[in-house]
Amino acid sequence: MDFSFTEEQLLLEDTVRRFVAKDYAFEKRRAIRASADGWSRDAWQALADLGLLALNVPEEHGGLGAGPVDTMLVMNALGPGLLLEPYLASAVVGTALLRECPPQAGLLEQMAAGERIVVLAHDEPEARGNPGYVATLCRIEGTDFLLDGRKCVVAHAAAADALIVSARLEDELVLFLVPRDAPGLTLDAYPTLDGTRAAEVHLAGVRLPASALLPAGADALERALDIGLAALCAEAVGIMQATLDATVDYLRTRQQFGQPIGRFQALQHRAADMLLHYEQAKSMSTLAAMRCTSQDAALRRRALSAAKVAIGRAARFIGQQAVQLHGGMGMSDEFIVSHWFKRLTAIEIEFGDSDTHLQYFIEASAFS
Amino acid sequence: MNLDFTDAENAFRAEVRAFVRDKLPDTIRDKVASGLHLTRDEHLQWQRLLFERGGWSGPGWPKAFGGPGWSPVEQYIFEEECALGGAPRLIPFGMKMVAPVIMAFGNRRQQERFLPKILSAEEWWCQGYSEPGAGSDLASLRTRAVKRDDKYVVNGQKTWNTLGQYADWIFCLVRTDPEAKAQRGISFLLIDMKSPGITVRPIITLDGAHEVNEIWFEDVKVPVENRVGEENKGWTCAKFLLGHERSNIAGIGIAKRELARAKRIAAAETKRGRPLIEDPLFAARLAEIEIDLMALEITNLRVLSAEAENKAPGPEASILKIKGTELQQAISELILQAVGPYALPFGKTAPGPAHAANRAAQYLNLRKLSIYGGSNEIQKNIVAQMILEL
Repeated sequence: MDFSFTEEQLLLEDTVRRFVAKDYAFEKRRAIRASADGWSRDAWQALADLGLLALNVPEEHGGLGAGPVDTMLVMNALGPGLLLEPYLASAVVGTALLRECPPQAGLLEQMAAGERIVVLAHDEPEARGNPGYVATLCRIEGTDFLLDGRKCVVAHAAAADALIVSARLEDELVLFLVPRDAPGLTLDAYPTLDGTRAAEVHLAGVRLPASALLPAGADALERALDIGLAALCAEAVGIMQATLDATVDYLRTRQQFGQPIGRFQALQHRAADMLLHYEQAKSMSTLAAMRCTSQDAALRRRALSAAKVAIGRAARFIGQQAVQLHGGMGMSDEFIVSHWFKRLTAIEIEFGDSDTHLQYFIEASAFS
Repeated sequence: MNLDFTDAENAFRAEVRAFVRDKLPDTIRDKVASGLHLTRDEHLQWQRLLFERGGWSGPGWPKAFGGPGWSPVEQYIFEEECALGGAPRLIPFGMKMVAPVIMAFGNRRQQERFLPKILSAEEWWCQGYSEPGAGSDLASLRTRAVKRDDKYVVNGQKTWNTLGQYADWIFCLVRTDPEAKAQRGISFLLIDMKSPGITVRPIITLDGAHEVNEIWFEDVKVPVENRVGEENKGWTCAKFLLGHERSNIAGIGIAKRELARAKRIAAAETKRGRPLIEDPLFAARLAEIEIDLMALEITNLRVLSAEAENKAPGPEASILKIKGTELQQAISELILQAVGPYALPFGKTAPGPAHAANRAAQYLNLRKLSIYGGSNEIQKNIVAQMILEL
């Protein structure tokens, strides 16, 4: 048992923290959020230059071939910056899925270099976090495949060069790499509650050559989603830490009734409860990172779903209490705490909400 | 980064598990499984078996004092395996409370006189901290010790004393300087329970048990040589105890054992013709608790790992105490719910299934967990003070 990190890992984390502090400050993010695309290609290139987009790309494809612990540290450090770029969607989930089945020569290399963005378009309105649910239909016509269906709230769809689209071919879940400008594919893009962009993806007779079919199915999809889930948990832990630190700082400095409000026991106990939630969440994020690549599917399901439940609960408590303890300041759009709260709220919903994962945990535990 | 125990630690775990399996007397295992209180002899019998194994009765003791000299992780494994194997909780007052104080602050004579008999379970210790007017505000204690020649004369009253009816010795916080402010005028005394002037009166708790007592001191004479540390510096000893325990304060092993019991009961009980454990509401409640326990186990291991690296102690002990006690209470509540109406019959005759017997008493008894050892509210004060530094 060892909870320490290598020097390289600590250096990596430090690099990312410095990037967020220097190149992704709150005001900078505000400007990016207000731009037409809602994300910054310059920031994306900066992430590429730091090697962060190559992190999960295997070495034989020009990447660093790092593991989930490195990803955890990067997400811890990126979290407080509230990135508007598709790091999780493309550099973690997209990459994790594609590296199981490298489709076109050079694609992973281009992703590592920041030249191409690929995100997963999988969720559907009726799925509610069930990764096995796909209604999008795939038909075969000669040597072509035709896709019809709708993917919902696809994060960063408009920023992507290509989408990994799941569909049902008879009883099998199949995955395609679909160029975003493929005829028949349309996007309704919109901002989400945390300030990032997403889109409804409509597929109306999208015609694809056989080469677009990825040699990967439901298992590979679930593995990639679990790697993403562990990264999402680590992002939440990073945000929770920043939120807790800011709240403690505010309790120490905000004066009312002639003293710092942190002298009041009602608020002290709330701060203590926030720390308890944070420590438990951090433990579960560690577990998620250590188990997200496990070959033992039941063990992996239990650990990852348990982590999502614990982190969902903690994110909600810490986010809500941070707003409450900051009073009016917590309600203000001018102050980063409300933005952390919004991202934590989104995280609780993404990748299957707490109740969904509580159910998976129960099923994987075989309580009977 | 690696969450797995080392091969050596796994071998150690197997060794402890085999010992508990082979040596723990069935009578004791059955009583623990049924949630019954052990007799004095049963407690001592188990402690002596551990002692004879090579000082295992003092899991946190260094080799210099006859203990096994285990690392924090080994202590954790030992306590977990004991609990999972159905062994009783070691009575902490001698082993985990007064002994570390004597090791750190006692003189050589005190160490030689008291420590060996604590380890060998020849002498039973109890604690004299709380008073009727001094609970969470421990420093307001009023039990008075006046020095006359080579003796202190002690007068006052202690309360919520655990198992003092079995004790040979009591360690007490007493006021030696009534003029000094709160913490300053307190001394740490070791008092022979056979001393004239001591009266032990039972307090029967809500579960019907006699686990705690009031203790009265009337002109009790205590040799000055039984004071640990300097006069009026007893608060240093008292504070040393708080936050000292890391390896078992969360009670992970007990929580795992009791959660497994809850599952067994819920698998045996039925609701609407199906096993209770398949009931979605019950299963959700059970799952939430299990997830919290998974998290606390890792939190505890993180704390131990930081301790092994000698990082300065922070609010960890309080965090483990709060979460651990909340979990044990939540599990006892789940068990109460699982046994259903047969939680109601109370007393010697138990008409329901065997697994229902004593469950209500245990639920009631475990309410103590969030009150004793510094109530969970006091623990939150400590955590807040550490992070807010106000």
